[in-house]
Amino acid sequence: MPATPMSKAERDQGHARVFDLSQHSLRELNEALHKLTPGSNETAWEVLNPKGSHSVAVGVDQPVSIDVRGSVGYYCAGMNDGAAITVHGSAGPGVGENMMSGSIVIKGDASQYAGATGRGGLLVIEGNASSRCGISMKGIDIVVHGNIGHMSAFMAQSGNLVVLGDAGDALGDSIYEARLFVRGKVESLGADCIAKEMRPEHIELLQGLLDKAGVTGVKASEFKRYGSARKLYNFNIDNADAY
Amino acid sequence: MAYHNPPTTPRKSATFDDYTLSEIRRAAATGIYDIRGAGAKRKLPHFDDLLFLGASISRYPLEGYRERCDTSVVLGSRHAKKPIELKIPITIAGMSFGSLSGPAKEALGRGATIAGTSTTTGDGGMTEEERGHSKTLVYQYLPSRYGMNPRDLRRADAIEVVVGQGAKPGGGGMLLGQKISDRVAEMRTLPKGIDQRSASRHPDWTGPDDLEIKILELREITDWEKPIYVKVGGARPYYDTALAVKAGADVVVIDGMQGGTAATQEVFIENVGQPTLACIRPAVQALQDLGMHRKVQLIISGGIRNGADVAKALALGVDAVSIGTAALVALGDNDPRWEAEYNALGTTAGAYDDWHEGRDPAGITTQDPELMKRVDPIAAGRRLANYLKVMTLEAQTIARACGKNSLHNLEPEDLVALTIEAAAMAGVPLAGTNWIPGKNGF
Repeated sequence: MPATPMSKAERDQGHARVFDLSQHSLRELNEALHKLTPGSNETAWEVLNPKGSHSVAVGVDQPVSIDVRGSVGYYCAGMNDGAAITVHGSAGPGVGENMMSGSIVIKGDASQYAGATGRGGLLVIEGNASSRCGISMKGIDIVVHGNIGHMSAFMAQSGNLVVLGDAGDALGDSIYEARLFVRGKVESLGADCIAKEMRPEHIELLQGLLDKAGVTGVKASEFKRYGSARKLYNFNIDNADAY
Repeated sequence: MAYHNPPTTPRKSATFDDYTLSEIRRAAATGIYDIRGAGAKRKLPHFDDLLFLGASISRYPLEGYRERCDTSVVLGSRHAKKPIELKIPITIAGMSFGSLSGPAKEALGRGATIAGTSTTTGDGGMTEEERGHSKTLVYQYLPSRYGMNPRDLRRADAIEVVVGQGAKPGGGGMLLGQKISDRVAEMRTLPKGIDQRSASRHPDWTGPDDLEIKILELREITDWEKPIYVKVGGARPYYDTALAVKAGADVVVIDGMQGGTAATQEVFIENVGQPTLACIRPAVQALQDLGMHRKVQLIISGGIRNGADVAKALALGVDAVSIGTAALVALGDNDPRWEAEYNALGTTAGAYDDWHEGRDPAGITTQDPELMKRVDPIAAGRRLANYLKVMTLEAQTIARACGKNSLHNLEPEDLVALTIEAAAMAGVPLAGTNWIPGKNGF
């Protein structure tokens, strides 16, 4: 990975607690993070040599900053509840799954199921995301600078998925109340997902998300909005061919 | 004298029986498949087809009411720092808040706690009613992830990764709009009143290799404290058990096709999956082949009704059983006291299974505030505790008669089968013979 700019944690702290996964186990890392209590001085963490490890910094529930130097495996930052986690590399499947609050930034690409079932917080993927991005999302905001793969936002219940690039096949299949904003091309829409009008409140919402995600040079008006047609919310036999 | 033609007795088809005819007419009239609660209702090989031998000249019994017969069980001793210790090997299966009313969930917690066993959340998240009233609570990790959050994961006593259930291996949940109250909608992050379909696949893992990584994540989040169960429907018990063990499970839960559901298609319930009896020996065999029998515990569910069923399941090698339907009956489900109201719904006490419609006269499978008042959680919890104690006493009675000072010392050699099918499934001899179908090439 090329050198990346300093994260907020680095700017704020000047120094961070460094945890080298080539010297210590994953268990030791997560245990140390879980022992943090409100008001702890250890507000900035740096994780070295993740080398594709799974479950890096899962279940953190304090508002600390964690910079992971390198690429991670499955479920990095899973169930994050308040931490600001930056991966200076790419992330494997299920990054930020079931996030409650806080933020996750992936400097590289993300594999499948990014932000799956997330309930809150902000997930930013500066590269591309693979299939099933935002699957079953329940309130999370996801901003992808690049493209997303097929079946993204499948059964998405709530929250916002913003895609600066293109979306793959079957976007928003069986979607509930989540909002999808795509700037590029959508390969196809899934069952019960339709293009919707961008009203002023959506432009405002989207602009806020772009600002939060640090996206510059892109206007909210360049996006199209997609969401549920709400035709499959109550079973009707005459809709059977939609399934 | 004119020849008199004697009439033949009108004969109905065994193939097109009354139920089948009614179902064809219902489908033709409505254009929708039949959805109902509960498990398979068809006649299946079951524990009734097995008998204990008891003591004889070569086996001596223990004294009833005198000699101790241990009923306790420890679940999750493989990896968890805090395994679960239960006084009895009968647990309460996962049933969702949403499907069940708040008072019913509270009653399950109260009853289980009095009896010294665990209860389980369901596809709807953890409620304060059940956490507050359950000493030992198993938190289900389901494909829908409704209500899932790290705080509840950490205040659970064990985590059950649900891959499937016996009534519908391969099917997701279903909760029709009429049961999606404000509270249920909020817990599931869905609009009120819509039909809610839980996913059938987990959103962020597929297959046994991913499951291993998912279990690692759950262990890391909970600091390796909680036992992790993996629950599957009775589909491929040998391979599912082996793969769950490989993925790192502490406990494997297998739910046969008699296991209940809140709501699924009738055609699914009756035609997919295997009977409970057929699932036990392959699962035990998988554990034995891996050297993990009694190290990874096995829980079986689906149609457990009394202490004899418990004893038979344990004799076949399981560590504990789980009950759902029977627990609801103990709370008051399908009670004949509500017969007039069952009749008004077009059914009768004992047959009521439209649990998804939310109009349960017994106040259990409903979100109607008036109906749910009919469940007094304290009294219903007491009934459940009584029932669990009776089942335990019954199982002990049988175990003592077989000379066992622990329910877990019961063994297949204590059993015979009444039918060839049951003999083959249970791997015990047909009564009066030494023939175990399928063994020794016959």
